[in-house]
Amino acid sequence: MQRFLALTLALAALAAAPVIAQRKATVENVPEIPFTSPPNFLKLPPGEYLGEAVAVATNSKGHLFVYHRSSATRLFEFDAQGNFVKEIGRGYWGFEFAHSVRVDKNDNIWTVDEGTNMITKFSPGGKVLMVLGYRPPAVLGAVQYPAGPNPPAEKYTFCRPTDVAWDPQGNIFISDGYCNNRVVKYDKDGRFLAQAGSEKAGKELGEFSLPHALQVDAQGNVWVADRSNNRYQVLDNNLKPIREITNLGTAWTLCISAGPHQYAFFSNSNPNGNMPGTWDVTGEIYKAELDGAVLGKFGHPGKLAPGFQVVHMMDCRNPNEIIAGEIESWRVQKLILRPPAAGGGTPGKDADGPGERQ
Amino acid sequence: MKKAVYSLFAGVLIAGAPAFAQQIAPEILFDSVPNALQLPAGTYLGEVGGVATNSHGEIFVYTRTGHPTVSLGSSRPFQHGGSKLFEFDPAGKFVREIGKDTYAFNYAAQVRVDSKDNIWVVDEMSNMVMKFDPQFHVVMLLGRKAENIAIPARGGGGRGDASGQPTDLFNRPTDVAWDAAGNIFVADGLGNARVAKFDKDGKFVKSWGKKGTGNGEFANVRSIAVDADGDVYAADGGNKRIQVFDNNGVFKTAFTNVGNAQALCLTTNNVLYVSDSNPTNDIDSGGEIYRMSLDGAVTGKLGRAGKLLKEFGTVNAIDCRGENTLYVGEVGNLRVQKLILH
Repeated sequence: MQRFLALTLALAALAAAPVIAQRKATVENVPEIPFTSPPNFLKLPPGEYLGEAVAVATNSKGHLFVYHRSSATRLFEFDAQGNFVKEIGRGYWGFEFAHSVRVDKNDNIWTVDEGTNMITKFSPGGKVLMVLGYRPPAVLGAVQYPAGPNPPAEKYTFCRPTDVAWDPQGNIFISDGYCNNRVVKYDKDGRFLAQAGSEKAGKELGEFSLPHALQVDAQGNVWVADRSNNRYQVLDNNLKPIREITNLGTAWTLCISAGPHQYAFFSNSNPNGNMPGTWDVTGEIYKAELDGAVLGKFGHPGKLAPGFQVVHMMDCRNPNEIIAGEIESWRVQKLILRPPAAGGGTPGKDADGPGERQ
Repeated sequence: MKKAVYSLFAGVLIAGAPAFAQQIAPEILFDSVPNALQLPAGTYLGEVGGVATNSHGEIFVYTRTGHPTVSLGSSRPFQHGGSKLFEFDPAGKFVREIGKDTYAFNYAAQVRVDSKDNIWVVDEMSNMVMKFDPQFHVVMLLGRKAENIAIPARGGGGRGDASGQPTDLFNRPTDVAWDAAGNIFVADGLGNARVAKFDKDGKFVKSWGKKGTGNGEFANVRSIAVDADGDVYAADGGNKRIQVFDNNGVFKTAFTNVGNAQALCLTTNNVLYVSDSNPTNDIDSGGEIYRMSLDGAVTGKLGRAGKLLKEFGTVNAIDCRGENTLYVGEVGNLRVQKLILH
């Protein structure tokens, strides 16, 4: 009887759920981190516009790269003051539908495109140095969408990949993606080494359901935003799962800062579509220690800055200056964080027991 | 003799027309300014979704300049381009293109300018309402363009009963208007059948309407206007009427005497213009523009469907900032006419 009741309740909850599942974070007593968002941070040339600003990353000089979905997908470079510097790769074969841009320790710029299934490594000056993945030939015609079940994941091709990261040795990690559900490791020359997950979605540790972003910390551990499982997973350098973090809502994206003391930032972004009620329970970004202690949170949904409209990616090279790229407002904000307000309860205490599982 | 023939012809027209046209409206004498808009060589207007002026008399035209192109992505086909936003000076001389290659310029539905000269663009394919400030920066967005298109096409679409969702997910929106407090009203549209209300910061307030013929139901919502008291006028062209609601969507009345209401414009002086737009495949019926007072009485009419100046090809937009100078955007004739009413 109890089981029957539980099932009924579960079904009722399913029926009432919005189209896009979005989970309220269960972490409690998290202090608010005050922040400011300087208006009009990015200065575009007259007549130029950002589209969906899904990807942002800075290099060691503070230059900002914005990989965005305009009429065509484009990659723009800005200086540290937000002045437009140049466009990279206009009309490039690997650009179709932007998803991520990251900058490695040598200031190479890596774009992840889910419309071409290609990851491209550009030199700091914008020359193509290496490509991963293969764009299906247009000669085969238009792809029907939605398509059928996903074919088996292959070593060197992707299915709507989402993000790229590197360990200190230069090995390459790719989250793949919307139709595959895996994390893949390559050596620095692009040779396949290992994968976790597969083309199939799964809920166990080491399985994924829409791995949407990833980062690698200074120890070489791999952090994955396992979006549709509403959790982050931490894997070791060989992609063996270590633990999961389940109390921070829906895992849209994460960022691990540079420097000797690394912090992690997690975004429980408000879901696309602005369904009623979603603005009340989503949209905040968490700041945490790498051991999982949550230090604070900031931000709320809203159409106008400093509100957020589906934060899709963060740059946190400087952990006190977060660059956030948003989907629905076609906007990039620089969020200048200040120390948390005094008071509040025990930071990071869970509402329903420990949020991390070994 | 000529006059007699004309009367006879008019009589036949009236006899053959449905009941709504029974009301005899005085003809408004007017002229159409030749070459009202002057385009640079090599630049063309396509179907005109919208035309609007700002407080300086500058003219904005949102036009379908060609079909969106589809590119073959890895897992999905993506759509790009298809519409442009042009600015002209008060004399009609081309000034610039605004928002070139903007992500959501796909299939022009409408352009409107608010009391602070912000330019609002409504796109029927990207399902977005875009607010540009007077310096042409994007300052607010409602709705979201679908990431990809369906191949093969899924047809007319519509979500469920076409009543729309309680959010800013539009389905072929057609128009936007504001009340004195800055609340935003979106006509949504040809896929959905609702009016959606947002506060001035873009937060969803409510929506009303669904597919149907009853009071508060729509065949479609083709255009929208809000008067100084906050009442909302929604052109329900498919039901051949304009429905009037209070500011919260409570049905007040309907005007059923103006045919296929497709484009509305309300002056600050409470004069309402509405186009009985002819179908895109026929110039032998409808096409005239009516002038009304807000009690629903028709005070005059002008024009008819056709190809010539002073004739109209499926009017989709009317600007009436100058009460007796109308800019009229046409789908069928790929042009904007400037009308001087006498």
